[in-house]
Amino acid sequence: MRVLYYIIRKEFVQVFRNKAILPMMTILPIVQLIILSYAANNEVKQVNIHINDQDHSHFSRRLIQKIQAVDIFHTTSSSTDHQDGNTALLDGLADIVLNIPPRAEHTLLRTRAIKIQLLVNAINGQAATVGSGYLNQIIIDYNKEIRSELISGILVKPKLSPIDIEYSNWYNPELDYKTFMVPGLLGEIVTVLVMLLTAMNIVREREIGTIEQINVSPIKKWQFIIGKMLPFLVIGMILMIVGLVVGKLLFDIPIRGSIWLVFAFLLISLMAILGMGLLISNFANTQQQAIFIAFFFVLIFILLSGLFTPIESMPLWAQYLTIPNPIAHFVAFMRNVLIKGSEFSDVQYRFMVMGILAIVFNSLAILTYKKTT
Amino acid sequence: MDQKVISVKGLTKRFGDFVAVDEISFDVFKGEIFGFLGANGAGKTTAMKMLTGLSKPTSGTGSVAGFEILKQAEKIKKNIGYMSQKFALYDDLTIKENAQFYGGIYGLNRRLIKLKVNQMLESLNLQDSGNKLVHSLPLGWKQRLAFSVAMLHDPPIIFLDEPTGGVDPATRRIFWEKIYAEASNGRTIFVTTHYMDEAEYCNRISMMVAGKMVALDSPKNLKLKYNAKTMNDVFVQIAR
Repeated sequence: MRVLYYIIRKEFVQVFRNKAILPMMTILPIVQLIILSYAANNEVKQVNIHINDQDHSHFSRRLIQKIQAVDIFHTTSSSTDHQDGNTALLDGLADIVLNIPPRAEHTLLRTRAIKIQLLVNAINGQAATVGSGYLNQIIIDYNKEIRSELISGILVKPKLSPIDIEYSNWYNPELDYKTFMVPGLLGEIVTVLVMLLTAMNIVREREIGTIEQINVSPIKKWQFIIGKMLPFLVIGMILMIVGLVVGKLLFDIPIRGSIWLVFAFLLISLMAILGMGLLISNFANTQQQAIFIAFFFVLIFILLSGLFTPIESMPLWAQYLTIPNPIAHFVAFMRNVLIKGSEFSDVQYRFMVMGILAIVFNSLAILTYKKTT
Repeated sequence: MDQKVISVKGLTKRFGDFVAVDEISFDVFKGEIFGFLGANGAGKTTAMKMLTGLSKPTSGTGSVAGFEILKQAEKIKKNIGYMSQKFALYDDLTIKENAQFYGGIYGLNRRLIKLKVNQMLESLNLQDSGNKLVHSLPLGWKQRLAFSVAMLHDPPIIFLDEPTGGVDPATRRIFWEKIYAEASNGRTIFVTTHYMDEAEYCNRISMMVAGKMVALDSPKNLKLKYNAKTMNDVFVQIAR
């Protein structure tokens, strides 16, 4: 026990004497949270529309008015020539081009049916889907309106659509993207930082040669590894506290579940992540190698974590790949507990998987750490 | 002087086809300063790693401090001190913190560590610098400090791997005086060096060439045998 005390003390002194550590635990997560939650954002705030009205009738003006009344539509240009619309789309000035054909009102009154055209620039998939969805909705509503007007002329009660859909968004009623992103980002930041720091730490000892001095001493592998883990466990905890405070103050994220549950899960996750970091360090001789190995995993872990794209929409094999991914579990856990208020029974699967990951990574780390060459 | 503290028979280390250390056999006695010489790449470091438990021999047997190299490496580690050619103290810890850490991992208790560290600082004339970062010390001081730290737990044998590389002559002199003092107290010193004036200070010298031990005798006898004036000439004759 006495040996362990001296090892742990040395690691703490070293880690917290490092001048980069304090800003990294405070400024870095705050900046990341602010930038990523505002910028890494799938919300569509503006859809540029080009309106090509070749009809110039009461009918077309009413439709245009309705479109312009919606905030997200920004009419960048309008014309009466078909070609202008195409050019606007090609030049990237418009996301959507609305073509109202000539004599549209006339045709509508005579045949009770017309066709109008939407050209959608689908490069920006999100803007395209959201924009055309909105536009469709406007046109459908307008459709109903016109139909009821036309029919009421013959004194028939307007026939409304039989199924009326009403939405209620649970857990995030205003569909605030930040509410969704911040808890997940928090999980990602803690995981990545702790993994990198741990991997670098041991490799640094190898680089400066002190590990050899350790290896000729009677230190046991597990003592060495525990000594390396504890300071970063504390750093991970501090990161999470800073992140939660910032999230609450700056973004007013909900904390519906138990905060103790969050920290219990954090503890297990940190052990898994630390084990992973240690494992990486065992296969790297220089800090550069460690960063490259860590980067390889971190990139895959983040992109397959469900942070930016839902896991459910990944191909099945990729969904299986997310099972050993600590970031995926962490992100899902944070969202469930903070936003949805999940309790232990709801997230026990995550606890179990993370626990297994912690055991596997750490066992491998101890097995592959060699005191001999 | 005839109590064996290191005894090695047919110690061999192979890396694939390459034989780094080829069946070396020798004994080292208590209180002896044993010089371990050889050109770069002759296998000195590999041999030393096997003796200190850092590397497992491919074949051969031996004992260090009364423990088997093959089976009791961890027990050997408790009874040896080691100072590598790379500077192995922590730059970002103070002198005291380094000493406390290395004392601590060898299982010394708090009181003993305090006592030993104070003694050490006194003997190095660093009483007032105990709380300075090691980073701020000049190289010669660092090496002397590393040597003292390696002996904090009072090991019967100490391995020094090129301890005076890059150190000025005056500091080297002080260093060797310290080595002499330790040897006369019964501590065994196992040292590698490329400085032939240092080799002259050793009780006995072994020479390795291409993994084999080709000479083992006192400096005086070696000079007679090779009809050379200095150890430098002996080294050049053997190593070539």
